[in-house]
Amino acid sequence: MIGALLLAQTIAVTGATVYPVSGPKIANGTVLIRDGNIAAVGANVTIPSGATRIDATGKWVTPGLIDGGGQMGLVEISAVRGTREGALASDTVAAAFNVAEGINPASALIPVTRIEGITTALAAPDGHLISGQAVLIDLDGATIEQMVVKSPVAIVARLNEDVKDEAGGSRAGVAQRLRRVFGDALEYARRKGDYGRAQMQPLAAPAADLEGLFPVLRGELPLIAVANRKSDIETALRIGREYKLKLILAGAAEGWEIADEIARAGVPVLVEPLDNIPSYDALGIRYENAALLAKAGVKVVLMETDTHNARNLRQQAGNAVSYGMTWDQALRAVTLSPAEVFGVADRYGSLEPGKEGDVVVWSGDPFEFTTAAEHVLIRGKEVPLRSRQTELFERYKKLPPDY
Amino acid sequence: MRSTPHLLLALSSACASAGGRATSKATAPPVTAAESLSVSRGQYPSTYRRHAYPPVVIRNATIMTATGREIPNGAISFKDGRILAVGEGGAVTAPAGAVIVDAAGKYVTPGVIDTHSHLGVYAAPGTDAESDGNELTSPVTSEVWAEHSFWPQDPQIPLAIAGGITTIEALPGSGNLIGGRSAVLKLVPARTVQEMKFPGARYGLKMACGENPKRVYGQRHQAPSTRMGNMAGYRGAFAQAEAYRRKWDSWNRDHRGEPPERNLRLETLAEVLRGNMYVQIHCYRADEMAQMLDLAREFGFKIRSFHHAVESYKIADLLAHDSTSVSVWADWWGFKEEAMDGIQQNAALNQQAGGRPAIHSDSPSGIQRLNQEAAKAMYAGQRSGIPITRDQALRWITANPAWVLGLDSVVGTLEPGKMADVVVWSGDPFSVYAKAVQVYNDGWLVYDRNDPAHQPRTDFELGR
Repeated sequence: MIGALLLAQTIAVTGATVYPVSGPKIANGTVLIRDGNIAAVGANVTIPSGATRIDATGKWVTPGLIDGGGQMGLVEISAVRGTREGALASDTVAAAFNVAEGINPASALIPVTRIEGITTALAAPDGHLISGQAVLIDLDGATIEQMVVKSPVAIVARLNEDVKDEAGGSRAGVAQRLRRVFGDALEYARRKGDYGRAQMQPLAAPAADLEGLFPVLRGELPLIAVANRKSDIETALRIGREYKLKLILAGAAEGWEIADEIARAGVPVLVEPLDNIPSYDALGIRYENAALLAKAGVKVVLMETDTHNARNLRQQAGNAVSYGMTWDQALRAVTLSPAEVFGVADRYGSLEPGKEGDVVVWSGDPFEFTTAAEHVLIRGKEVPLRSRQTELFERYKKLPPDY
Repeated sequence: MRSTPHLLLALSSACASAGGRATSKATAPPVTAAESLSVSRGQYPSTYRRHAYPPVVIRNATIMTATGREIPNGAISFKDGRILAVGEGGAVTAPAGAVIVDAAGKYVTPGVIDTHSHLGVYAAPGTDAESDGNELTSPVTSEVWAEHSFWPQDPQIPLAIAGGITTIEALPGSGNLIGGRSAVLKLVPARTVQEMKFPGARYGLKMACGENPKRVYGQRHQAPSTRMGNMAGYRGAFAQAEAYRRKWDSWNRDHRGEPPERNLRLETLAEVLRGNMYVQIHCYRADEMAQMLDLAREFGFKIRSFHHAVESYKIADLLAHDSTSVSVWADWWGFKEEAMDGIQQNAALNQQAGGRPAIHSDSPSGIQRLNQEAAKAMYAGQRSGIPITRDQALRWITANPAWVLGLDSVVGTLEPGKMADVVVWSGDPFSVYAKAVQVYNDGWLVYDRNDPAHQPRTDFELGR
């Protein structure tokens, strides 16, 4: 009931420099949020009487930031198995595995993250050849239903070094296994009746998982392909062409080496800017990856895959700027671009009338360490700037503590 | 290449000779039976030599000294690896033949020091072949030395140098109760680890509390499998070391009879008991750190720094009272249960309590931006009403880690006479947009972002 009351609120954020992302910044702008949605954005917005005003004079206002990676809600304590929900233990092809029901709305990570202006995050499965279905969640809500923005947003497949053991120990085996799975899914789609009558060869994966791939093979649901080595990225692009997939690359550490090819294919890339430690999976890994991809015209989405520190998405974005992205590109890469890539740009990613009221008032440049998120609105509701960590601080700021 | 080691450092070297005998090489007495023992010979000594480089004057920069001063439009000069002058622009004269660096708009700080690194011992590309950081064959392996695992061609080293790092403590991992000796290294390109060893630096002893050792050995149905097992393990080892030390100290007094047999495991621990090594303990939980302080009191040694120490803010008063430092992250938390209570104000609260926090990395990625990590921790403190100064935050990555390594009289601040470990930043080092543009290590321009001739590459990177 309290939620309903708050949703009915009209909130006017006034006096700020507004970065709508969908258009140029607005000096001394107003963002009006009504019934959970953005109602108006501009320099000359009429504020209805009775609206709750947030004076943001001198502040910066952006859409809530979207983390294009990680496992928010799916992991509480990395080392404690009982609190991890992001990987299905047994299935090499887990295309039917949708992570949504593993999400813990009470996770302590959620408030820790959202009070720093990250309001939406991907919750992605990991492991295996085909990890499962990723979902997009808002970082507020008492139930999974209230949190989920879109489910699924994509199916995750891996073409990196880690997955080789599940495909005979060879990169070529990984590619062949994927093709067999896709081929069998198409075959199964055509011959469900034969399958039912046991008049088909054994399938490369359980029927439910093949069925999970149908929307991917129809080009409706994106396939997130995790690939880092240049040749693996090229394999992903090749398979994408063969099956006419709607592809998203993730990681893509050596993507900068073939940025033009990725741009020509029209494939967006999820990048973690601060990855630069070389391995045999990506000897060419470097900080400039995000910038060079963006410069070539690739749609870049930034991610912070350390779920506990998803709040450092801001630091990732700032460093992406340090290493060559424009500031505007970086802001887009944590707002509108992920919304577009995950198919929710009609509701998320920019400050435009009709979109969800995911709005952050910052004390300054959101990528700078000096800056704090001073007001965080998720679906038009201001969330309290409290977390387990703020409570620990309050308890121990004076020693000994008052237990 | 010049071959004159630092005088200051040479004087303090060899303080940690294995048998604990402070042998002087100044005179040459006849070789005695004692001196023919292996323990009396050089124990893997540093062969570090300062690289020749012309004198340097950096002008028109904001100089952050880590001594309480931030000098706008200041200058710094150094020669032969030693800082000559720091101050207002006009007060610093250029030595003959100096390279003049115009650093208008830029910032200058001391070289950044990381108290907790696994560079070289867990080298990239990260295959099993380079996994040399944890000798997980026994819970007490004080006989192993990180330098004997260290690979100078680790391609992570140039990345860290480009982040302004000039000195690291390379540590064994935390799988054992007592993991072995650390190596304190100048972060310079070199063929051998001995060419990187910080001359005169004492060894550290790596120990670990909590989940890691009890997990590693508990899984093998072997001690320790509990936290009380951990404590019993440390106590047993130091009790043996006490007896070992007594035997050697007694023999060293008069050299009568057969010398005791060397035991490398106990030899290292005996050095700790003699106060010749710095104890560096991986420990997360506040209550466990308190237990470790009790252990140190039982055996009469000091703990120099608790590493990770994510709960140190809960006992910051106790740690400050004990003069035990903490080496912490800005914000890491949650990857295991003992890390669940990490908060961003940890360093600031330790500072407020009168402690000596350092920001460490424990990561080949994080080590490249300790300035950013210090910035996060500083602003987190300030936003919470803890008045951390920029100088204090700078000391978290310079002077305080220098103290943790016992090198605070040598490096960690910009003062005349100190080693010329100097970083020029493109802007305020506490901004996310700042990058190290020049890194001088002992007066040598080891890295220049704008000059490929000063961008070291390891063998590993060639021809790929």
